[in-house]
Amino acid sequence: MSTALEPQAGAGTSAPASGGGSALRVAGDWARRAPLLPALIFMILVTQLPFVFTLIISFMNWNAYYPDQIGFAGLANYGAVFTDPDTLSAIWTTVIYTVSIVLLSLVIGFGVALLLDRAFLGRGVVRTLMITPFLIMPVAAFLVWKHALYNPNYGLFNGLLRLFFGPNAVQPDWISDWPKTSIVVSLVWEWTPFMMLILLAGLQSKPLDVIEAARIDGCSPWQVFRYMTFPHMRQYLELAGLLGSIYVVQTFDAVFTITSGGLGTANLPYIIYTIFYNAHDYGKASAAGVVVVAATIAIATFALRTVSSLFRED
Amino acid sequence: MKRWGRRGAVLGFAMLLATAGCAGAGGGGGGGGGENSVSVLMVNNPQMVDLQKLTADNFTKQTGITVNYTVLPENDVRDKISQEFSSQAGQYDVASLSNFEIPIYAKNGWLAPMDDYVAKDPAFNQADILKPMAVSLTAADGKLYGQPFYGESSFLMYRKDVLQAKGITMPDKPTWQQVADIAAKADGAQPNMKGICLRGQPGWGEVFAPLTTVVNTFGGTWFEKDWTAKVNAPEFKEATNFYINLIKAHGENGAPQAGFTECLNAMQQGNVAMWYDATSAAGSLEADNSPVKGKVGYVAAPVVKTQESGWLYTWAWAIQKASKKQDNAWKFISWASSQGYENLVGQQEGWAKVPAGKRASTYSNPDYLKVAGAFAEPTKNAISTADPNNPGVQPRPAPGIQFVGIPEFPDLGTRVSQDISAAIAGQETVDQALDKGQQAAEQVAAKYKK
Repeated sequence: MSTALEPQAGAGTSAPASGGGSALRVAGDWARRAPLLPALIFMILVTQLPFVFTLIISFMNWNAYYPDQIGFAGLANYGAVFTDPDTLSAIWTTVIYTVSIVLLSLVIGFGVALLLDRAFLGRGVVRTLMITPFLIMPVAAFLVWKHALYNPNYGLFNGLLRLFFGPNAVQPDWISDWPKTSIVVSLVWEWTPFMMLILLAGLQSKPLDVIEAARIDGCSPWQVFRYMTFPHMRQYLELAGLLGSIYVVQTFDAVFTITSGGLGTANLPYIIYTIFYNAHDYGKASAAGVVVVAATIAIATFALRTVSSLFRED
Repeated sequence: MKRWGRRGAVLGFAMLLATAGCAGAGGGGGGGGGENSVSVLMVNNPQMVDLQKLTADNFTKQTGITVNYTVLPENDVRDKISQEFSSQAGQYDVASLSNFEIPIYAKNGWLAPMDDYVAKDPAFNQADILKPMAVSLTAADGKLYGQPFYGESSFLMYRKDVLQAKGITMPDKPTWQQVADIAAKADGAQPNMKGICLRGQPGWGEVFAPLTTVVNTFGGTWFEKDWTAKVNAPEFKEATNFYINLIKAHGENGAPQAGFTECLNAMQQGNVAMWYDATSAAGSLEADNSPVKGKVGYVAAPVVKTQESGWLYTWAWAIQKASKKQDNAWKFISWASSQGYENLVGQQEGWAKVPAGKRASTYSNPDYLKVAGAFAEPTKNAISTADPNNPGVQPRPAPGIQFVGIPEFPDLGTRVSQDISAAIAGQETVDQALDKGQQAAEQVAAKYKK
């Protein structure tokens, strides 16, 4: 986390180091901080308290249908989470989704960003069109994917197959034959614009004079990309990858809408939803939620360190 | 400087309090009210929305009782009701509950019985309520805890024109084997037409609603009377194999994702010749804008070893035990579930919108029969022959036809349904799916056996 934010973090640490009149200075500091306090307290209340409650509930036996049995459960909920085969396979599915969706949408998003970085007629319109998938309400978008695109009877994909290969064309049942892939493809469609936006911002902040100098010195376009554009884009790729991972881990809409968690497509958020709404087991659902948060923090930290150390060796 | 800072903090704290106050008010908006009022927590289905619209000009005008509604989507309302009723806060007097929850809630002591009110209110005419509806809203202690608002069973819908063109006659009470044969013959009767639509979408209320009725009539059950789990028993397996093989051979495309909505589409678009599902679907098939209007026939749910196999589902009203306005609550229920209210909806909103499926008189009302003539009789028969306490060939430990009336069933049914759906897609075998289901069912049963 530190590397991406290093320049900004460095600026904050250069506090004035003077000696005398400390009481007055402390009072002055607090006077400056005080107006921020309400916002800070409010933020802690609305963001951290719910998590603290989740943490507490995760150690309780709390099922809505059995109000007389609410009480302390110790680590039983965590034990249930880690021994339940459905939860374990959901953890694996979450990993597959996150890695494949983030990587694919990074690659495609980078490609689109490179194309959009060039000046051409109607670039603004194309850019807006490319961002649109990210702006559509997810549930609506995935309903369209399920019914209008994947549906084997009246979906667009099979319609196109019939259009090009005649009435006897193969008519695959996309979701049933490739359940995980169907989910991944629809989510890559949703997240590519997000990656593209961040990477495009990065490309447009590229120092053009240096690149021009490189061209004059006889660098090939590939060399310019490999040794100038790509290192410049490192921070942006890291940021996009990190934010993308955090959001994709939480994906719920696609699984809920397209497959209802069937055919091995259930990921952790979907499993938590079923524990909460079907089993009404608030304790176990909270425990699973805490596991997700802990895993996300761990993976994000670890992944970012690995990625930045790879680049540093370069 | 210091004073300013403190004042800022005080101001901030006041703002915090103000926002917290707003949140509190928002959360408690449905409760309270004046002396002559009643608070109702209900699901946002279209029938309920009509009810809300008609309340002030009719119920409140006649009785002087104001009704404070809190209307939420189905999942949210379940959660809110279970929290509200388990704490017995008395904030809501009436709630909309299904016949799955009412016996469970009644057993937990969260509901007030209605027998005395019914006895003192002859105008309500309890005898007119279809018997299985009342039975499904009666708890283990023999007392009545709910009044239906509208209800449904299940039956077989088929394309009369397609079967006639093929020279097939549909029996009035078909067996599943006959249905499978007809599905084979009707498969491909028109371009892109399959034989039958059966739900395959995971969920205790999706694939397991029709599938459990098939299991019942094949002689299977989730649990025996002593809570022995029977999910991988031969009858359950035979029924599941039959259901899945029928889908694989002559069922709709994309079956593992097909629920009620998908099958309704398939039927309306002419992609299937038959459909076994809720009686409430008929209203959509016979609607003015439906392409198959007038072409659909309706017969009883197919059977094997039982006399009937249709399911039973109803949204009903229940009174919270801690409510201090139970008299008002009954007056509200007595109006909302009355025959008079059905007539009111028919006259003001149209007869197709009547909350039907609960009273015998609805099905002799000529105005209603004008819009529902095609499916009124089969619907009434399906509902009045359903037996929620004895839906199979063996005694059951808990009530329910397409579900087992225990709090654990939504989770259990949904888990097993994931594997059923995978078996339909060919990812695993029926044996594997049901062996896993048996393990899950045994875990649930262990809780009840001791």
